[in-house]
Formats: sequence, structure tokens, C-alpha cells
Amino acid sequence: MIARRKLLTGGLAGGAGLILSGCDRVVQIPAARKILFAGEDMQRGLHRALMARNALAPEFTAAQRSPFFRPNGTRDPGTDAYRALQAGRFADWRLQVGGLVTRPLSLSLSDLGAMPQRAQITRHDCVEGWSAIAKWQGPQLGTVLRAAGLRDAARYIVFTCADLYGGEPYYESIDLIDAFHPQTILAWALNDRFLPVMNGAPVRLRVERQLGYKHAKYLMQVRAVASLDGIGKGQGGYWEDNVDYDWYAGI
Amino acid sequence: MIRRHGIATRIWHWVNAVAIFILIGSGLGISNAHPRLYWGRYGANFDAAWAQLPRFPAWITIPASYNLAISRRWHLFFALVLGFGLLAYMIASLLSRHFQRDLKLTRRDLNRGHIWADVKAHLAFRFHDPERPREYNVFQKLSYIGVIFIALPLVILTGIALSPGMDAAWPWVLDLFGGRQSARSLHFIAMTLIALFAVVHLVLVILAGPINEVRSMLTGGWRVPE
Repeated sequence: MIARRKLLTGGLAGGAGLILSGCDRVVQIPAARKILFAGEDMQRGLHRALMARNALAPEFTAAQRSPFFRPNGTRDPGTDAYRALQAGRFADWRLQVGGLVTRPLSLSLSDLGAMPQRAQITRHDCVEGWSAIAKWQGPQLGTVLRAAGLRDAARYIVFTCADLYGGEPYYESIDLIDAFHPQTILAWALNDRFLPVMNGAPVRLRVERQLGYKHAKYLMQVRAVASLDGIGKGQGGYWEDNVDYDWYAGI
Repeated sequence: MIRRHGIATRIWHWVNAVAIFILIGSGLGISNAHPRLYWGRYGANFDAAWAQLPRFPAWITIPASYNLAISRRWHLFFALVLGFGLLAYMIASLLSRHFQRDLKLTRRDLNRGHIWADVKAHLAFRFHDPERPREYNVFQKLSYIGVIFIALPLVILTGIALSPGMDAAWPWVLDLFGGRQSARSLHFIAMTLIALFAVVHLVLVILAGPINEVRSMLTGGWRVPE
């Protein structure tokens, strides 16, 4: 009886070990990987079904902000081009708005500042698990996109950045639901000051219902496209292309 | 031989066993990305943490080598299995009256003398009342109630509160737990309770006679111990 118990306990531990290592084999099988990765579409479908199109992310009071808003990812693009923009306090920086639009735009910081502004105190959730609360200000992305006039074929908005990863610019993309969401802004101010370099100066995206890696920093270009194919490796963002992060980062 | 477990219970048990196993393994992998727990709405490296978790080793995480993206893929897929599985099981068990019949605490269960007798019976490795072999004893009822109605709903709701999308859809989940970082701490605590339940559950299955117990969860048939 004791021997049988030992055998069973050993069997349980061994079985657990087998399942654990089995999981690592399973993700190597293309069909199984496809099923597992379909979880992202299921989660996105559920979220879209459960939330109103313009449901707002929670907003907070000034007293509820984090004492310090930590940076992550690139802290400083450090390229010659960026250094030059930084030396001129971003006076020469222009945001190129193009792709499937009727009127391509080239916007300076003061152009963005002259548009109707939205200020919001929101929580930034990193994919790693931490959160920080801060105040952001800038024009709604929707205002800029309406000024440029989206063509009917446009389905996604792609953001290209000044910081390089392996020689290629960081990029991200969102769908039109998030692009025209009232809290989706092109933020040039953090806690009532110009964005520090470590947080994405001069302008970063805020897309408040998704995780931090979607909030592209150091914005250079906003492009409307019909499909994400052919951009980067086709998965819609630097991390999505290179380490299998979900494109829909609402969870 | 008596019929011990209904079909809904048996199916849910095994689906859930796999889901919980994978969710804990992948969850510990995710924890390694930022192994600090906070109370409140925010919490990051420069804020005060109430717990600094250990780095969970490769033999217990999914995948074995650190990979946040793949841990998340496993976790977020099986989170759906866990959540909708529990929902379906609850509906089925309410309709079949399994909950009302088998998990409801009776006056007799809560009688002090009866509880004490049950403690002594457990210590003597006797887990079934020979006069009422079909019924769960009071500790079984309490632990099943605890895991089905408290720990699992807690781990699911705190998980939902971690999603910035769901926070926009259901802002009340944040209010319920006092902010996202509190929810993250409670998510970890609820996981620990579920893991403890699983360990005690497995030990008791082995002590109670593993072949008879496992068979009852596969075929439903259970031999009444003499």
C-alpha cells in the first residue's frame, strides 16, 4: 500500500513535469499554436461585445497620481536626427500624417497645441504588470485624422517612431475604433510639462484601453492603411513582430 | 458501487484541472516579469511594494524559459476556459440541484460535537461516514464551497480587473478590489489558495484510496468503503 502511494505520488509529480514540458512542445506545433494564439481574437471579440464603443478608461484625480512616472523601453532614441530635433527644442519636428488620407498633413508642436485639447489623468499598465497614473494632454487623434480626411479603404492607423530597434524604427498600430476613441490623444504634455525625453518627447500616443507597448513614443509619422501586411513583419508592431506579443493589448 | 459524480461534475473537474495547472504555470511565468506586489491603484518600481516575490524557477513555469509573450498566450487562453467553465458548471449544478443537494451545509454539519467527531475521523484517515456514504463531510463541503464560490470567482474577477479593456467596460471591478494593483495582489493570493486546495485535495485522494477516487471522477462509479 505504501509502495503504491509512493508510486502514485511519484507518478503525479512526474505527470506534472510531463505536462509542463509538454506545453513547451505544444507551442512548437503550428496547428496548436494557431489555436492558442486565437485566444487573442476571442478576448478582443469579447471585449468589443461587452464594452460600449466609446466606453472610457477610468480617470483619476490629481492626488491619485504616481509620485514618479517611470519610463520603459527606449529612454532616449539617441540618433543624430533625434539629437538635432532635441537641440532645437523640437521646433523643427513635424508629425507626418499620410497614407490613405485625402489631405496629408505636416504638423508642428504648436499646430498640435492649437487644436482642441483633451487632458486626462489615466493609468498606464505595462505588460510586465506594473501601473503608473499620470496626467496627459494633447489633441485627440480623431481631430487630426478628420483634418486629414480618411479614405474609405483605411482600416488601421500605423505609428512610426524616432527610436530604433535593431536599426528599424519602433512602430505600432491600432484599429479605427481605438483611433477615434475620445481618450486616444497625441500627448505632448505629461503632468503639465512638456514630455521628458524618457517618456517619448515630443509626442507619444495614448490609447488608454490597451497596454503600454501600444502607446508609441517619439512619434514621427501617422499613417492610415488598409492592411497591416507588408509593414514590418506584418503583425502590426515591433513587439508583435518580434516576440509574439498580442496585437490587441486590451488585456 | 454507487453513482458518485454526475457527468457535469466529471467533465468540469478534468477541464478545470488542466486549466488551473496551465494557469498557475503560465501565471508564475508572468509574475517573473515584475515580481513585486502593491496595494492601491498604481504601483511600479519606485513605489512601495508589500511583497517581493521569488523568481519562479523553470521547472514550474510555462514556458520553462522566460518568455512573457508565450506565458500570456497560455494564460489568456485558459483564463477563458476557467471563466466560462465555472459559469457553465454553476448553471448546470444549480439546474440539477447538485449544489443545493450536496453542498448545502445542514444544521447537523455545523453541530459542534459532529465537527469534532469529523476531525477525529479525519485524523484516523476515515473520510466517509459509513452511515451516509453518499454525503460529503463538513470539511469537504466547506472546502468545495470555498473554492467554487470564493477562490475561483475571486481569481477570475481580479483577473478581469487587470485588463485595461475590461476596466473601461466594467469599471466596478476596480472599485470592488480598490484599484488595479490591489486586484493584482488579490489575484496572486487567490491563486495561492487554489494551489493549496489542489495540494490538500491530491493528498486526500491518495489517502482515501486513489484508484476508487479517480475512477469515481472518470466513470462516476464509487465503491463504498467498508
